[in-house]
Amino acid sequence: MTTEDIIQPENRVYGKPSLMNDTPMHYCPGCSHGVVHKLIAEVIEEMGIEEKTVGICPVGCAVFAYRYVDIDWIEASHGRAPACASAVKRLWPDHLVFTYQGDGDLACIGTGETIHALNRGENIAIIFINNAIYGMTGGQMAPTTLMGMKTATCPYGRQPDLHGFPLHVTDIASTLEGTCYVTRQAVNTVANIRKAKKAIRQAFENSVNKRGSSLVEIVSTCSSGWKMSPEKANQWMEENMFPYYPLGDLKNVNKE
Amino acid sequence: MKKDIVLLKGNEAIAKAAYRYGYDGFFGYPITPQSEILETLSLDKPWETTGMVVLQAESEIASINMVYAAGATGKCAMTSSSSPGVALMQEGISYMAACEIPGLVVSVGRGGPGLGTIQPGQADYYQAVYGGGNGDYHCIVLAPDSVQEMADFMGLAKELMFKWRMPLIILSDGVIGQMMEKVVMPPFQPRRSDDEIREQCPWATNGLGLKGRKYNFMSSLELDAAEMQKRNRAMTDKYNRICETEVRYESYKADDAEYIIIAYGCSARISMNAVDRLRSEGVKAGMLRPITLWPFPTKKIKELASHCKAMLTVELSEGQMVNDVRAAVEGEVPVSFFGRSGGVVPSPHEVYEAFKELVKP
Ligand SMILES: Cc1ncc(C[n+]2csc(CCOP(=O)(O)OP(=O)(O)O)c2C)c(N)n1
Ligand SMILES: [Mg+2]
Repeated sequence: MTTEDIIQPENRVYGKPSLMNDTPMHYCPGCSHGVVHKLIAEVIEEMGIEEKTVGICPVGCAVFAYRYVDIDWIEASHGRAPACASAVKRLWPDHLVFTYQGDGDLACIGTGETIHALNRGENIAIIFINNAIYGMTGGQMAPTTLMGMKTATCPYGRQPDLHGFPLHVTDIASTLEGTCYVTRQAVNTVANIRKAKKAIRQAFENSVNKRGSSLVEIVSTCSSGWKMSPEKANQWMEENMFPYYPLGDLKNVNKE
Repeated sequence: MKKDIVLLKGNEAIAKAAYRYGYDGFFGYPITPQSEILETLSLDKPWETTGMVVLQAESEIASINMVYAAGATGKCAMTSSSSPGVALMQEGISYMAACEIPGLVVSVGRGGPGLGTIQPGQADYYQAVYGGGNGDYHCIVLAPDSVQEMADFMGLAKELMFKWRMPLIILSDGVIGQMMEKVVMPPFQPRRSDDEIREQCPWATNGLGLKGRKYNFMSSLELDAAEMQKRNRAMTDKYNRICETEVRYESYKADDAEYIIIAYGCSARISMNAVDRLRSEGVKAGMLRPITLWPFPTKKIKELASHCKAMLTVELSEGQMVNDVRAAVEGEVPVSFFGRSGGVVPSPHEVYEAFKELVKP
């Protein structure tokens, strides 16, 4: 086989999703954001609904998500993406409407918007990147920062008397009547990436089919914020994050 | 055609005019003295007739961000609130201005600061006109002085905010919001169809016709300083054009007047009486009522200053608009201030007495 043969479409085993453009990403090496962006682009493309899709970007490292995935995007102010998505979905009821948010955005400044959009059962999907830190602003403590974990604003480690406890926001979401699908995933291995993609697909289908609110948490790394190599960060996540934020479905109403 | 005349509160007129003018969505949170807007919409159920979406949001912050996103998709959306609630909306309003997103905020003012009072106030002039949000921006600000104008300005607001692609504030007060008057209601206008939105708002982020155009995004983020300045300069050009073309005011016996009251909203209604009384006493009294508080009728006030002896600004505040009037006259005539605040509403007689002070030799 020549190179020409190999690059023929029928011989390809992998291709970049067409909705993903060539803009160089600003994400750090090892960051989970890029992988999840790609999954979103793939799912929208496979569902063939880019003409009926509105994504809401957060304030956080994913603030520039609109640069990389070629769909219509609205940049929300910090924490308000679920409010934005609620309005868009109510006004465009047949669209896929989803938000993409970090832990600070979704579970701290925007907790009110998150809980109430989910509790109203807005037909939206929320993709939640939980890297247990404020990546964009340089690695400060997040609501999901683990006990004892060191960040720029808890340099001696998170302590309950000073900082309170990590917020189990996804668990809270699963108790709300408006949610139909709540799941926790990761993108650290090929097998997990496949599972995460399936979860995103289900959440997006729930939005289009008006089945209620879906929340897909992706337990993620932040090698820069955690001050670890990408490899070490993945290992640390498996050893410390997964026991505290176990992977799997917390709620799946349509399956039952 | 037979006129559709009804007796309504100012707040009810806002609500009913919203679906008659084809607004697509209302998102709001209860606060006195404007809760009748959300209550009337909830009672009238426009979602069953015009398809207008009505949602009681979890806060004013959520409300304004719903308006922001709805406007970003090309829909005509609004919220309403009163002083502390409008304070919470300022970040969202700044984002709307920055992204050039149309959207309406109806602000029915009460006395402040802080939680203040639920009685009427006009102390949010600075908040509306100078912006409580961050950055260089403006909103068009309309100030109705009657229940009729509450209804009519809903149509004007829709036209102006889409024409200029920016947030617009109807700055009312607890008097105009709560009082009842006869109103000629506007005829029903259909909401815009998806096709009309696609055609009229090619900038909108609604996914519509994506294959036919480049994708859109709505963002105020710009990390390149020179680019950010360029955006600001383009906005300033737009604001300058608005100042040249969109100034609105009502001149009441002002053109030959020697003594002039400048007042807006409920203060203008109260002051009219003082003007008439002084006229009946042989004094050449008049009033100028700014209808657009931004853009402010600076030129008109300057022109009036060239042939009058003194001006009096009447406000339900400790003195806010008076500074714009003083800036407009550039020292040509003395500008006095008469104000009541914290929810106190002056009687026409009190305004008359204050106005008469100017006339004393
Ligand atoms: C109102 C407001 N407050 C604070 C900020 C600063 N800020 C930007 S991003 C961010 C934290 C984002 O963290 P997270 O949501 O976890 O996203 P990540 O960067 O980790 O992906 C903060 C505090 C802001 N932009 N706006
Ligand atoms: Mg984070």
